[in-house]
Amino acid sequence: MANQKDDDQKKGGLTRRELFRSLGGGALVGGLVPAGALFRTLAPPPAGVQVLGPGKVTITLRVNGTDKKLEVEPRTTLLTALREDLDLTGSKLVCDRGSCGACTVHLDGQPVCACMLLAVDAQGRAITTIEGLARGEELAPIQQAFVDYDALQCGFCTPGMIMSCAALLLHNASPTLDDVKHAVAGNLCRCGTYPKVFEATLAAAKKGGHARG
Amino acid sequence: MARKVRTTVGYDGHFKDLEVDIPEGEPAPWDARSALTLVSQRVPRVDAVLKVTGRAKYTYDVHPPGMLYAKILGSPHPCAKITKLDLSKARALPGVKAVWSEKVGKKLLFQGQEVAAVAAVSLDVAEDALKLVAVEYEKRPFVNDLEKARKPDAPQVFDSGPVPPPRRVPSGAEVTHAGNVRTIVATQPPGVDIGKALAQAEVLVEGTYRTQVQTHSALETHGTVAKWEGDHLTLWSSTQGTFATRDQIAEALHLPKDRVRVLCDFMGGGFGAKLNAGPYSVIAARLARDARAPVKLMLDRKEEHLATGNRPDSAQWLKLGAKRDGTLVGLHLKSYGTPGVGTGAGVSGPARAIYKIPALRTEESDVFTNAGEARPFRAPGHPQGCFALEQAMDELAEKLGMDPLALRKKNLKNPVQVAEVERGAALCQAWRGRGRPGAAKGVVRRGVGVACGVWYHNVNPATQVQIDIHNDGRVEVKNGAQDIGTGTRTFMAQVAAEEMGIPLDLVTVRMGDTSLPIGPGSGGSCTTPSIAPTVRAAAYQARLKMVGVAAKLLKAAPDELEISGGRIHAISDMARSITWKQVAARIPGDKVSVLASRAAEYQVFQEQVGGVQFAEVEVDTETGQVRVRKVTAIQDCGRPLNRLTAESQVNGGVIQGVSYALFENRQLDRTSGRMCNPNLEAYKICGANDCPDIEGVLVDVSNAGNNAGVSGIGEPTTVPTSAAIANAIYNAIGVRMRELPITPDRVLAALHKGGGR
Repeated sequence: MANQKDDDQKKGGLTRRELFRSLGGGALVGGLVPAGALFRTLAPPPAGVQVLGPGKVTITLRVNGTDKKLEVEPRTTLLTALREDLDLTGSKLVCDRGSCGACTVHLDGQPVCACMLLAVDAQGRAITTIEGLARGEELAPIQQAFVDYDALQCGFCTPGMIMSCAALLLHNASPTLDDVKHAVAGNLCRCGTYPKVFEATLAAAKKGGHARG
Repeated sequence: MARKVRTTVGYDGHFKDLEVDIPEGEPAPWDARSALTLVSQRVPRVDAVLKVTGRAKYTYDVHPPGMLYAKILGSPHPCAKITKLDLSKARALPGVKAVWSEKVGKKLLFQGQEVAAVAAVSLDVAEDALKLVAVEYEKRPFVNDLEKARKPDAPQVFDSGPVPPPRRVPSGAEVTHAGNVRTIVATQPPGVDIGKALAQAEVLVEGTYRTQVQTHSALETHGTVAKWEGDHLTLWSSTQGTFATRDQIAEALHLPKDRVRVLCDFMGGGFGAKLNAGPYSVIAARLARDARAPVKLMLDRKEEHLATGNRPDSAQWLKLGAKRDGTLVGLHLKSYGTPGVGTGAGVSGPARAIYKIPALRTEESDVFTNAGEARPFRAPGHPQGCFALEQAMDELAEKLGMDPLALRKKNLKNPVQVAEVERGAALCQAWRGRGRPGAAKGVVRRGVGVACGVWYHNVNPATQVQIDIHNDGRVEVKNGAQDIGTGTRTFMAQVAAEEMGIPLDLVTVRMGDTSLPIGPGSGGSCTTPSIAPTVRAAAYQARLKMVGVAAKLLKAAPDELEISGGRIHAISDMARSITWKQVAARIPGDKVSVLASRAAEYQVFQEQVGGVQFAEVEVDTETGQVRVRKVTAIQDCGRPLNRLTAESQVNGGVIQGVSYALFENRQLDRTSGRMCNPNLEAYKICGANDCPDIEGVLVDVSNAGNNAGVSGIGEPTTVPTSAAIANAIYNAIGVRMRELPITPDRVLAALHKGGGR
């Protein structure tokens, strides 16, 4: 069998972060970065387009009601910024491509996948994470319902699941079972806890507990 | 002192007394007459608040100061030899602190096998660095297809190097190995001639069934955080086996066991894939040592699919024979499955365990392929075996003109399961109203099907529990095993509080730490039956000590006292009492401390647990889509310790079974040998909208055997689901689905071929 130089790493196409870089982060200048082989040089940006990176930039995120200043590379996702820079580790990374919902947070009250959003693009929005749902030791009604109905097993999907259900209750005070299923359709649970998530969310709604978020 | 105790065993109105020998230091078993206030109730998890607030720290969340992030470069090829490897550019990238690699010349046997790794200041930098690792491979012929791998001229997966030994070989079995195929032939009873036995049959069914490769796909990937302090290594690990991980890491790094500490406070799902340390743990420990900093190495989703285990596929042929009255006379089973570069593709568990089969011959083959190794997966072998056997039972019933439940009841080994079948039939309205197979009309047709499954009562005797009662009355219950999400931490608190007669909130459970007393790996549904009786034994002994202290204070004999509601009082005079906390304050020294070991099992009433599931489906004959509307799942597990969390386990098993039946399928490309769907959108798992209504019913079995009367429930509830769904589809459309997953294209093809009667 012939020796074959493996070039998969090179022709494997853009990684997600590289894609972000080229879409949101603007152009990269090859000469500025170490190991220039890593980065491709893109065409100069059109006039009026702000170029960020590849070095760190200072941004401000409004997380759980507080402004947080942090320095991140433009390619940093909101999820990574929350977890690594702000030590808010409740939101989880599971699929890294928006198909499982484990990283769900609220952006201006809407559920979003924090793995699919750049931290720089979350500036100026109100970000709520699972850590921001309870008031001190007092759980939000949806959290209490998850406890009471055992709507969790290993608990890894739970923060994302709760954030999706909390967003539902924020916008719909009396959801039907189908509404709940729809709300968590993007949240995968491998332990198979969905039936109790449905029960818990309907019970929280019945109690009139508006989820905070 | 060992003593004899009479206890009541049985189920559902079938009770009897049994005299059992109780070892020293053990309380009398809880039985059907025991009035318990915490155990067997519905108790929310003691760690639920941590989980709903995001404060529960999983391995993935651990972040010791100065921590680096590591990432592995896996082989892009299903079979290749490393011919050149240059790490210099990767090492030179600013932010890279340590590198690791395989040796040049190493033969890689599957896509995703570890080639190199780096530790860097961020995950992004680590990923950048891996792109600078220059590797040249000499691609080798590979085989990843079950049928092709069986051929004599197929590339040999293990042309050099050791072949993984089979996990379990029945006694008297014959093991042969030719090419990529290793076959285990066993007969029961030994030496039985299956041809002769089946010649006695008055009715025979015969069929071939296929199941797919399923990956565990736990949400938290395999991973570890390694931190050295001198020559002491601490590993936070997402593991189902803290102690196995410790032992394996110590061996790999040539360290004494006591220099390795494995921690696992919370863990994001395992399902059997996480019982061992895995190469990533060793790599992380090495990188951390070289970098002189803690290193986190979590696998990504693709690596998780490729390199961390799976349920092997299967092609099964079976021939089942019975007398006219439905009495089974024999079963002949031949199976092939691909465990990749691992082992464990056997499927004969159900054939051995569910029914009384007087003559059984099994010929089970592991067919090695260039793919990631199989690992135990929630009831290894059983969902596959059940999918075939329970459809064959349905076919047999139809051929005999017998009710499918009557046929099962006639042949079931376990009397509890007979009762469960009756209970299920009474509960499942759709079953009672079901039509003949294929009689349903219209575009969307409804059907209902049934299947049975069993699992074993497994115990790991290497289990110890320590209980400390402190001066302030707080109780710590300690075992170093892990709670993988099944509720172990919660039942430990319940059992201890129940036995000691104190409120739950006085009890703190500490686990997931190898510096605590030894505990089992969470496999074989053995965690609960190993730990719960040991907790109770420790609590019993600790209680006796507390009663001893109280006896002096109350000037009573210890056997005149009992504890309830947090007070120690005279049995004859409730008013003569003292609070738990008052007694605790008078403990000589600063605490009562007891270490109890798991006593051997004594006389048990039922050695296996059983279940039966009724599935109701809708089949759209135009789109081929199958929807599972409802599953009625009847299950026993001895004494359910916590009805709330046990229900969750039943739901989880059923949902994973639905997922296995309809969606999951690891797809390997035949040309490149690579996995086509290493993610969570093309590798489909059951979501909220696919989830059936589930009616779970736990049948309490008072079982003796151990002081808590418990068996495990983690695995059995996922066993019969796919078979029940397949039988329901047959009932709906009159066509048998003999291959998993039952996707719309297969349904349409089967309808077309079968005429969709």
